[in-house]
Amino acid sequence: MSLNNKNSELGSKKLTRRGLILFGAQAGFMGLLGFRLHYLQVNQAEEFRLLAEENRINIRLLPPARGLIFDRNGAPLAENSQNYRIIMVRERAGDAAAVLKRLSKIIPLSEDDRAAVLKNLKRRSDFVPITVAEHLTWQQLSAVSANAPALPGVTAEVGLTRHYPTSQDFAHVVGYVGAVSDYDLSRIDDPDPLLQIPKFQIGKSGVENKIERRLRGFAGSKRIEVNAVGRVMREIDRKEGQSGINVHLTVDAHLQNYVQARLAGQSASAVVMDVKNGELLAVGSAPSFDPNKFVSGFSIAEYKELNENPYRPFSNKATQGTYPPGSTFKMMVALAALADGVIKPDEKITCRGYHELGNQRFHCWKRGGHGRIGLRDSLKQSCDVYYYEVCQRVGIEKIAAMARQFGMGQRHNLPLNGVASGLMPTKDWKRKNRQADWLIGDTLNASIGQGFVLASPLQLATMVSRLATGRAVVPKLLRNVDGVATSTQAAPALDIPASVLAAVRDGMFAVSNERRGTGYSSRVAEKSMRMAGKSGTSQVRRITAAERRAGVTRNEDLPWKRRDHALYVAYAPFDDPKYAVAAVVEHGGGGSRFAAPIVRDIMLEALYNGKPPASAYPASQRTRIKNERKKLNLRENEA
Amino acid sequence: MSYLVHNVKTMPTGIGKILHLNWPLVLLISAVASIGILMLYSVAGGSFDPWASAQAKRFGLGIVLMIGVAFVPVWFWRNVSGLAYALTLLLLFGVEFFGEIRMGAQRWLDLGFIRLQPSELMKITLIMALATYYDWLDVEKISKPVWVLVPLVIIAVPMLLVVKQPDLGTALLLGVGGVCLMFVAGVHWGYFAGAILSVTGLVAAVILSRGTGWQLLQDYQYRRIDTFLDPSSDPLGAGYHITQSKIAFGSGGWGGRGFMQGTQSQLNFLPEKETDFIFTTLAEELGFVGGISLLLLYALIILFCVISGLSNRDRFGALITLGIATTFFLFFAVNMSMVMGLAPVVGVPLPLVSYGGTAMLILMLGFGLVQSAHVHRPR
Repeated sequence: MSLNNKNSELGSKKLTRRGLILFGAQAGFMGLLGFRLHYLQVNQAEEFRLLAEENRINIRLLPPARGLIFDRNGAPLAENSQNYRIIMVRERAGDAAAVLKRLSKIIPLSEDDRAAVLKNLKRRSDFVPITVAEHLTWQQLSAVSANAPALPGVTAEVGLTRHYPTSQDFAHVVGYVGAVSDYDLSRIDDPDPLLQIPKFQIGKSGVENKIERRLRGFAGSKRIEVNAVGRVMREIDRKEGQSGINVHLTVDAHLQNYVQARLAGQSASAVVMDVKNGELLAVGSAPSFDPNKFVSGFSIAEYKELNENPYRPFSNKATQGTYPPGSTFKMMVALAALADGVIKPDEKITCRGYHELGNQRFHCWKRGGHGRIGLRDSLKQSCDVYYYEVCQRVGIEKIAAMARQFGMGQRHNLPLNGVASGLMPTKDWKRKNRQADWLIGDTLNASIGQGFVLASPLQLATMVSRLATGRAVVPKLLRNVDGVATSTQAAPALDIPASVLAAVRDGMFAVSNERRGTGYSSRVAEKSMRMAGKSGTSQVRRITAAERRAGVTRNEDLPWKRRDHALYVAYAPFDDPKYAVAAVVEHGGGGSRFAAPIVRDIMLEALYNGKPPASAYPASQRTRIKNERKKLNLRENEA
Repeated sequence: MSYLVHNVKTMPTGIGKILHLNWPLVLLISAVASIGILMLYSVAGGSFDPWASAQAKRFGLGIVLMIGVAFVPVWFWRNVSGLAYALTLLLLFGVEFFGEIRMGAQRWLDLGFIRLQPSELMKITLIMALATYYDWLDVEKISKPVWVLVPLVIIAVPMLLVVKQPDLGTALLLGVGGVCLMFVAGVHWGYFAGAILSVTGLVAAVILSRGTGWQLLQDYQYRRIDTFLDPSSDPLGAGYHITQSKIAFGSGGWGGRGFMQGTQSQLNFLPEKETDFIFTTLAEELGFVGGISLLLLYALIILFCVISGLSNRDRFGALITLGIATTFFLFFAVNMSMVMGLAPVVGVPLPLVSYGGTAMLILMLGFGLVQSAHVHRPR
């Protein structure tokens, strides 16, 4: 190539010029980069710094400890027990299958369990801890810890889980907790972020459900730093939450345990109330179930069995069950009539065994009738005809008004599910709900606690408490919430003359303590503890005239569902009333035969604070009672 | 120019050549590389493995390579550039048929004892070929259409092959680098004006035709453009990288979060932090101060190359120096633009700093050529 000086000089100049232009453009662009850098890092620094923080900081909730529930003496009814868990982190375990196999030699871990855990491990990221086993014993946990070197990636954790030490006794009252469901969430307005935690336990029934918000407490929070895949790097800070508040109920665990044992084997319920302040000492319903199963898990077979049991273990018969009160209602009629002045206490009426109304006959339970009978004896022997006569004189409206003063037909405000309001019918009620006029026959039926009248054992106990004290005492279940005792104001007095109350009380005394009284066989021998009661036997079926002619079929010969309910109510001691007890045995038969003994036993148990002496019972019954008590499934008997 | 032209007395010979190296350039390159190694230490979470130590070793090798190439007289490189270009072209063809895909983009050739990325090599050999062409061509013929077509073909063929790899980013940079060299060589500015106008027209056509029956790109390609223009519209998908990168820049602030304290990088919010996005890590940890310093270092490298090039009276030497400098500029400018959200993500590494052996070595080879031109410049 020959050298062309002129050309090369020209080319060289051009090159220099072009080179400078190019460099100038490059420098300009670098300036642009510099400005952009400045913009991002200095002008927009705040905004981006904030976004960087949002990337890496996560807020996790710290679930609070749930409030505890105690009985009146401080015995725990619902507590948080430590749930020992084994968790595994795959990235530290190495050969997960082998580690699990070794683990299965220490704690019960079947092949299926192991396969399930391995599947879970594969599904989640390497660093997410997976639960391997729960509800371990302390021994099992120690064994796992002792073998830690051979079990890489396996750690023990302690969680809190709800536990009911009294098991079946308070299943209906305290209720139970369970995992939050979509249904629960749809019914709650304020979405507490705690409810989003999977398997968070909330109260589903009973006190656990009604005082849920205060028992739950408030969540704490911790701020943690995470990386892009969500792995926790470190905790930055934390704010402790607030544990749920503790609740003391008015119930007595010992008494309740006795009540449940005494009712066992039947479809029955009983309520024990303090007549002075309305505190409920026992609210028993049999059969019951183990609420711990709701926490740990029912087997399908178990749950099916409970659900299909005709005795309905899941329902709280004491507060939800409504029954025709039968003869236990007669006190209301007597009070109404006396207060209204349509009858005097010593006025006598003739009972021929039936009462004719138009062309209908209303029968007394005693075929031949009671003859000439006054108020006292009408209660003592439970004559129906007396009341057929008297109720017509006073009228349903006044009877209803009197009954309402005693809490009948009203829903008492308790922290329980579905507390029944029962039914106290009136003419208006029938017009509105049956689109029919009230008939005199309805009044007659109502006067003996049949027909439309319905009451729950709770309402019966309330009724008797008010009768015993003459005050409008209100049932209470909460004794102490978060250290604050519920108010103990004296209930207002009922607007009923003292003499009227005295006359009726006297009749009840006769029922329990005099020879022809329907409750005599269930009397108390100890004079200072004598009861005043009333039996009731409520029909669930219609007895036809034909059946009456042939002879009314006995309860024992009928299928269970067609037998009469057995009821008994009482208060004691008569001279200085303390407690009222109401018991209902579904389809139990005669009230005096089947409900009265239950009430007596429960009453004495309450009065003597557990273990009543043999002397409280009539001499002839002492051995039998002693043997019966031994057979009961009581906690004391388990020792 | 043959060696006979030069004044043999003034040309440095033997080991003494070492004194005539462009030392400022060497120092600047080493400084940048050291920063790179430091950042790789940081993104590895405070450890020399797996990136920092490997990079350091390769840089060491690179220095040796650079000095080796510098010692070889520049006219030798001029004579072999045609061959080098042809060989690289052959390798590119080879990659088409025998290559394996890595990271979904660049294709490599596994020759058993060494793994080559021909597209990287092409960056240098293309410049060499073009420089040789313009050194050979008479100055007055430069702007004649025929003689303009030839270099265009020289550029276009490897470009197409690289695009097929597929590696759009590298292909575009090859193209722009080549065209810049044509500009410096003195091709009439009219050609460039015409080209710019047609490109603008094309872009306008693409944008305006969107939504009509004649739209020039596919829908998903338009969406890519949308995401580029507003990465926040798809923060978890396509816009994720850029959004995270911008956050990292911002969170660095003026003075940075501190070495190894960059939360975006350390906590893995930033993907590709050891390659494409390493500048982001640097900006987050060392702040604006750190970022602008690196930019300044790069600018100085360019400056010293340009000074050396413009003062080199040998046409080939000047062209090759300016060509290499421009290539270097394009790569770091595009990378920085990309990570700062000024350009779409095209997967271009930051030269001398991003982790990557082949790119580093090829670059050192290029700087070797610059040094060779400098050492052997006519005095």
